Amino acid sequence: MSLDPVSNPAAIPEEVLARAEARGINRRDFIRFCTMTTAALALPVTMVGRVAAAVADTRVPVIWVEYQSCSGDSEALLRANQPTAGEIILDLISLEYSEVVMAAAGHQAEEAKRQAAEKYRGKYLLVVEGSVPTGADGAYCTIGGHSAVEDCRKLVNGAFATICVGSCSSFGGIPAAAPNPTGAISVMEAVPGAPIVNLPGCPVNAENLTATIVHVLTFGKLPATDSLGRPKFAYGKRIHDNCERRGHFDAGQYAQTFGDVGHRQGHCLYQLGCKGPETFHNCPTIRYNEGASWPVMAGHGCIGCSEPGFWDTMSPFYRRLPKVPGFGIEDTADKIGIGLAAATAMAFGLHGVASCFRKGDAMEEDKVVREE
Amino acid sequence: MAQKIVVDPITRIEGHLRIEARLDGGRIAEAWSSSTAFRGIETILKGRDPRDAHHFTQRFCGVCTTVHSMASIRAVEDALKIQIPDNARLIRNLIMGIQNVQDHVIHFYHLHALDWVDIVSALKADPARTAQIAQSISDWPNSSPEYFQQVRDRIAAFAGTGRLGPFQNAYWGHAAYKLPPEVNLIGVAHYLEALEWQKDVIRIHAILGSKNPHPQTFLVGGMAIPVDPDSQNALNADKLALIRKLLRKARTFVEQVYIPDLLAVAPAYLDWAGIGGGVGNYLSYGDFPMDNSPGTGSLFFPRGVILGKDLANVQPMDEKKISEYVTHSWYSYSKGDNAGLHPYDGETSHRYTGPKPPYEFLDTDGKYSWVKSPRYLDQPMEVGPLARVLVAYAKGVPEVKAAVDFVLGKLGAPASALFSTLGRTAARGVDCLVLAQKNEQWLDELANNMGRGIFETFNKEKWDPATWPREAQGFGYHEAPRGALGHWIRIENGQIANYQAVVPSTWNAGPRDPKGQPGPYEAALVGTPIADPQKPLEILRTIHSFDPCLACAVHVLDGTGSEVVRVRAL
Repeated sequence: MSLDPVSNPAAIPEEVLARAEARGINRRDFIRFCTMTTAALALPVTMVGRVAAAVADTRVPVIWVEYQSCSGDSEALLRANQPTAGEIILDLISLEYSEVVMAAAGHQAEEAKRQAAEKYRGKYLLVVEGSVPTGADGAYCTIGGHSAVEDCRKLVNGAFATICVGSCSSFGGIPAAAPNPTGAISVMEAVPGAPIVNLPGCPVNAENLTATIVHVLTFGKLPATDSLGRPKFAYGKRIHDNCERRGHFDAGQYAQTFGDVGHRQGHCLYQLGCKGPETFHNCPTIRYNEGASWPVMAGHGCIGCSEPGFWDTMSPFYRRLPKVPGFGIEDTADKIGIGLAAATAMAFGLHGVASCFRKGDAMEEDKVVREE
Repeated sequence: MAQKIVVDPITRIEGHLRIEARLDGGRIAEAWSSSTAFRGIETILKGRDPRDAHHFTQRFCGVCTTVHSMASIRAVEDALKIQIPDNARLIRNLIMGIQNVQDHVIHFYHLHALDWVDIVSALKADPARTAQIAQSISDWPNSSPEYFQQVRDRIAAFAGTGRLGPFQNAYWGHAAYKLPPEVNLIGVAHYLEALEWQKDVIRIHAILGSKNPHPQTFLVGGMAIPVDPDSQNALNADKLALIRKLLRKARTFVEQVYIPDLLAVAPAYLDWAGIGGGVGNYLSYGDFPMDNSPGTGSLFFPRGVILGKDLANVQPMDEKKISEYVTHSWYSYSKGDNAGLHPYDGETSHRYTGPKPPYEFLDTDGKYSWVKSPRYLDQPMEVGPLARVLVAYAKGVPEVKAAVDFVLGKLGAPASALFSTLGRTAARGVDCLVLAQKNEQWLDELANNMGRGIFETFNKEKWDPATWPREAQGFGYHEAPRGALGHWIRIENGQIANYQAVVPSTWNAGPRDPKGQPGPYEAALVGTPIADPQKPLEILRTIHSFDPCLACAVHVLDGTGSEVVRVRAL
């Protein structure tokens, strides 16, 4: 048996292929997509048939809403590669509402959203991009005259499940950065207790989004998550532990300045402020834009964008993290998050807590690092 | 009889935009543009490290990603008088250049085309006739009858499921759609092709910037990507070759698909060369430094201001003449809400006074938007590809002049046709074509530098805050895909004391000022015919011709930018 994905290694039944083909989906593309997605979900190749059956003849209704967003996650969707945005929109999902993509506008757009939420009640997937502002009675974000809070609660409660894409809907993101002028909160905070999965990152990696959707279709439930609601298949490992520059960290080889010999030779970026040791995300393994690159590969440290509150807790971004001990790769965020924070606090008595109130003390902390 | 209509949300844009319009006799008599979301990032920036600002500002917008990083690092470099290395100038030009090209193509096919192209009509197209038309306008290889048959079948199978997804509830069949089914089918085919193309060519941002959206290698003083032909962890010959391949792919598509499509669609809509003109004042900061000399003399797209459509008299741009008003915006100024403040002294004190949601109408006599009203010499200004192209055309930039004359010649239209909805859309094509053809030159220069052993991408002299003056201020400019973008920063004791961004959509989408002068969207909509008030397709055409980007515009920041080199504060 060949490993070439188009050779149909998992023997997707002919009848399933025919169903996909009847919808105008190219057979090779379909096999490739099912195989790659199964791999992305860390499932055995024997599961390909089940994935295929789940996506062959239905397009799951998806409502994609934006609140306090920059549309970066919608753009990320357009950069998806396995499958591509065209395949996702035409073949995998039925995108009932998306302000960036949809043809309808105004009340016709809002009507499409309302109808889909009613018709597919309990069955649609809701994708949320952007945080939810609670200040000024909801006036910091309105769509069609309705506040984001109102819209969000209604849609989350009617959904089969909600997928938060990007750090803003997952954790509040940049609008919630100190001093949080608009009272921005995450969807989890806006609708506590609802079935929600968080795909933080700034922006979300589209491959993680596709894999999550297919997981739901295949198994009828959300993927297993860590305590922050992030799927383990994508956020189970620290960037530091899968980093291509890890060998240089262990060997004590660091870039000291942007553009120096160490930087040009791909040495560890820890001293330039890399937050990889505190960040859980699969950037090093799946990268971005068809595997072209990711921040550390390009030469800039990780800024920790998949962690809650990173705009406050990870900045200043060019200040190096306090002592980073050598954790093993078996550690997860749940196990070491507290430990790392405690070690940090002991080392400085400042970082973590103080950085929440970072205004004014940035330079002070810089001094601490230099003196250390 | 007068009638008020509301379009909210305006879709196929970035951000939350609402248009209210009063109709009289089948035409728009008055219009109000409102942004309905606010995040307060300028407030969030205060007290932070100026070197971090570009990470925050980039999140003004994820569509015109890169642009706010560019303007931000230029603002800090201007404040601290940092000269960046030549390689950084070239890498920034390449990032900005491909950003403009890719963004314009996405705008044309995925955000704007459905205002002119009727997808449902494409199902009636004859594939053989479609192929004939396609082959008559371009050498693009995907033009056989079999190919168009395949596209039509795919769309028919999709429609046959009875679930139109993002294409449901639109204005299909509206009387204002004028194209024959065959041209509509070409549009649909290229909508799908452009979707594939855009994700490929923007890999240049991943190679140079780590990822897209939101590349991460911007750096005060240069770029964080190392250059070294003898390293596999730096920009080397291998990566240059990949960038070159992608640049050629970008250029080929623009030359063989985008521009021919633009020229094939436009003749059916020449009446739109007389609709949607607007304020008639144009502002361009200029961009793409052609050498590393101080000042703005070497900008490929020159800097300038056009008042009252007077192309014979382009005026120099002086950023000191910019002020922002909040008379009709949900902010208050300490000096009173009719005051105008220069961005260095700008204030972002939000104060919502509108109706409590849910609401039906805004109080357009009072405050009605989260966007401020920027003015130049107290005049509203349009910014964007049209402004950029007009200034360059009027100043005789050869590449721009040739492209504009080519497009006008093909359409048999005079230069005055540019002051319109159609002109805006055509100018975006010109901007895209010129940059798609220019990008490789910057790659050549970068390769030459590397060949001569010049690897520097970062000037570290002023990296340490200990080297900074106690107080400094700087202006960072950029011509983003959507137009003139400015960031103003004040630094005190190593921290951000004030940060203001006046972005392209702030200029274009802003509400009325204290004198009651409407902003560019509002002015452009006046006089637009509306065939069916329930389906105001015509509003979408003019608003989309500006390529709105609201997240950036509110507050207020905005942006779309592109970059390069430092500029002295004027």
